[in-house]
Amino acid sequence: MPTFTMQVFRGEGRTGGFKEYKVEADTGMVVLDLIHRIQATQAQDLAVRWNCKAGKCGSCSAEINGKPRLMCMTRMDLFSEAEPITVAPIRAFPWIRDLVTDVSYNYEKARQLPPLRVKSPEADGTYRMMQEDIDRIQEFHKCIECFLCQDVCHVIRDHEENKKIFAGPRFFIKAAGLDMHPLDTRTDRAQFVREQAGVGLCNITKCCTEVCPEHIHITDNAIIPLKERVADEFFDPVVWLLRKFRGRRQDRA
Amino acid sequence: MASHDYETHDHDVIVIGAGGAGLRAAIEAAASGVSVGLVCKSLLGKAHTVMAEGGIAAALGNVWKEDNWQVHFRDTMRGGKMLNNWRMAQLHAQEAPERVLELERWGALFDRTKDGRILQRDFGGHRYARLAHVGDRTGLEMIRTLQYHGIHQGIDVYMECTITRLLKDGDRVSGAVGYWRESGKVVVFRAKAVVLATGGIGKAWKITSNSWEYTGDGHSLALWAGADLIDMEFVQFHPTGMVWPPSVRGILVTEGVRGDGGTLKNSEGKRFMFNYIPDFFKGETADNEAEADRWYEDKTARRTPDLLPRDEVARAINAEVKAGRGSPHGGVFLDICTRRPADYIRKRLPSMYHQFKELAGVDITKEPMEVGPTCHYVMGGVRVDADTTQSTVPGLFAAGEVAGGMHGSNRLGGNSLSDLLVFGRRAGLHAALYAKNFAGALTVDAGQVEQAARQMLAPFERTGGENPYAIQSDLQETMQALVGIIRNEAELKEALKRLEQLKERAHKVRADGHRQYNPGWHTALDLESLLTVAECSAVAALERKESRGGHTRDDHPYTDDTWGKVNVVLRLRDGRVQVSREPLLEMPADLKALFQERK
Repeated sequence: MPTFTMQVFRGEGRTGGFKEYKVEADTGMVVLDLIHRIQATQAQDLAVRWNCKAGKCGSCSAEINGKPRLMCMTRMDLFSEAEPITVAPIRAFPWIRDLVTDVSYNYEKARQLPPLRVKSPEADGTYRMMQEDIDRIQEFHKCIECFLCQDVCHVIRDHEENKKIFAGPRFFIKAAGLDMHPLDTRTDRAQFVREQAGVGLCNITKCCTEVCPEHIHITDNAIIPLKERVADEFFDPVVWLLRKFRGRRQDRA
Repeated sequence: MASHDYETHDHDVIVIGAGGAGLRAAIEAAASGVSVGLVCKSLLGKAHTVMAEGGIAAALGNVWKEDNWQVHFRDTMRGGKMLNNWRMAQLHAQEAPERVLELERWGALFDRTKDGRILQRDFGGHRYARLAHVGDRTGLEMIRTLQYHGIHQGIDVYMECTITRLLKDGDRVSGAVGYWRESGKVVVFRAKAVVLATGGIGKAWKITSNSWEYTGDGHSLALWAGADLIDMEFVQFHPTGMVWPPSVRGILVTEGVRGDGGTLKNSEGKRFMFNYIPDFFKGETADNEAEADRWYEDKTARRTPDLLPRDEVARAINAEVKAGRGSPHGGVFLDICTRRPADYIRKRLPSMYHQFKELAGVDITKEPMEVGPTCHYVMGGVRVDADTTQSTVPGLFAAGEVAGGMHGSNRLGGNSLSDLLVFGRRAGLHAALYAKNFAGALTVDAGQVEQAARQMLAPFERTGGENPYAIQSDLQETMQALVGIIRNEAELKEALKRLEQLKERAHKVRADGHRQYNPGWHTALDLESLLTVAECSAVAALERKESRGGHTRDDHPYTDDTWGKVNVVLRLRDGRVQVSREPLLEMPADLKALFQERK
């Protein structure tokens, strides 16, 4: 069995650093297996979040050799035994302990999104929706909330002050999914993504799309259409003029 | 001993567990106008429901208009080998369609039929294509929908918080005590009603589709608080878990693979399920390949044996492997690549495609999968009243996997997600009603809190004790080897003996480090509930001297009618698990008639 040199970021509060562990890997193992093996044999208090270990729950996000990834979907055969492998917490969020960070920012942003307001059902009490009309939104609904896109987004990664005014890629796809939802009747979504979610701060470097473990086309399919919606609604001269006369539509949650 | 500092939160209702059942319960309770706290061990949206793949069983009749609640009810009861609480099965079949439509109103986007309605897929044991689904990630859609609906309902969510004891005031429940995983501090919830929605017990086995959270917390909390458990011998081994590579052994492969046309084959390339059709299902199961393949499009044909209920398929795979006709890594082959086009597979089963590609290096559009049984679900659980979900302890409710009775001796695929919605809603509704009608004051007994806190912190005070991971791993080996798919008296007795030794070891378990986010300590504390449910399962399995559903005894290989009339009931008396046999509820004549109509 190959033996890997794992450098795992350890500590809590303000002090921490990489600690080295030598760990054997069985066939097919992933980084999370080695972390578990460290817990079972060398450091039982090594803090890590995980649940499904199958790439479905998005709990075990970390920066592996500096790259944001899910530990449960990162196979050890990607790496060579000769080189040490670093495992660090996702760094855009406040650090708690070892590999665990405080991701409450995301839960706050989630609450701010105006919820779906559905139109009335058809006479039989149900809805008709065509598959081709929901394909795009189903892509967004694949999101496992691993927050790797949030972690890698430079708007907040290096600018703590932007967190107040910026919702991040995860919530742009959520907002886009609601905006495109065939049953939604809200008309204030463009205003929300512009004024509260800060979509204008995104300069489409596509870092989020690159790290998405679900391969969601975050930038092309969600953020750019949202930016277009904002441009149509707020920067189209005809719309602007109409609004001058009629006043802005008001929408309440 | 000095009093431990702790914070206290007051609610009318607290819900423990934030998977499908817990979220649905919290939403319903909040809608009833009471104050609701939702407590969960992980972050919100990460509960086990997120891993559910195939779909939600509900007789919407969108694909086959012949489908209705009576057919669904009949399938469910027959799948459970008639041991189900008939009233739960009836409510479930009747209410599931409305619960699915409600999810759609809350934003869920199910795959569609050509005329724009909710598409339904075939699954094991269901007469008609009945599962509302989103590819093979239905659980994710369900939990996100409930989560994003729930956050606007005024529910207080307590994330990463583990409950270790329920609190009681006399006979009634008065709250719960636990700890914050992040800080390690003790926390008390004072509540008039408590809803358990904690899921299952699968982490007691080595090969399992279940995550670290599935340590039987709710089952144990209920038992310790004086509630009855039923049917704990019935554990579902899902027939298709991954078997290779070793590190992914047990990860679920959805039944949807077979629902969408996949078939099981042995090392000789034979579709072996035709050799394993039990008499009970002969009348409705195809006995030749042509009829089996026709069934997908033509429901006048009989159903393919690949979609027999899970207990039957798991036993068949087990037998094939034992007979030396297994795959190279000790499973069998699940083939969809020769049966359906690659585009269809990628569209219908995207996460299976992804999972095999990334974790096993297998392209399921080109090669068969290797699969074998994996511990998946416990049918047994807290004994509840069907209509209200209340347990035998006043103020204590249970819904979802932690509740017993709904699925009898074996659960049909797809009936779990619908169970969560139907009984989650009922639990929230009736817990809120109970809280509203409760007059008088409840007191939280500081002595109970103090005792729970002492137990929580004990692992830090021991020196020289054992590593919790070693005990957990030995427990999993024991259950895998001795309380697995096929059981017998000698092995079950041996299991109980070893569980006693493991309990002794667990009493001396040691936690290193400090209380802040310390998984070793959390694992040490989880051992208590894990050992409790392991014992319950083994005791009940020893008691039931027949084979039925998710309980197979090679020393009692036949289904016995006298055992078909009783539940095995467990309760705690003087600190010991007591076992008794109690009669099932009698099914009314009009429902009985449903089972005579068709063979």
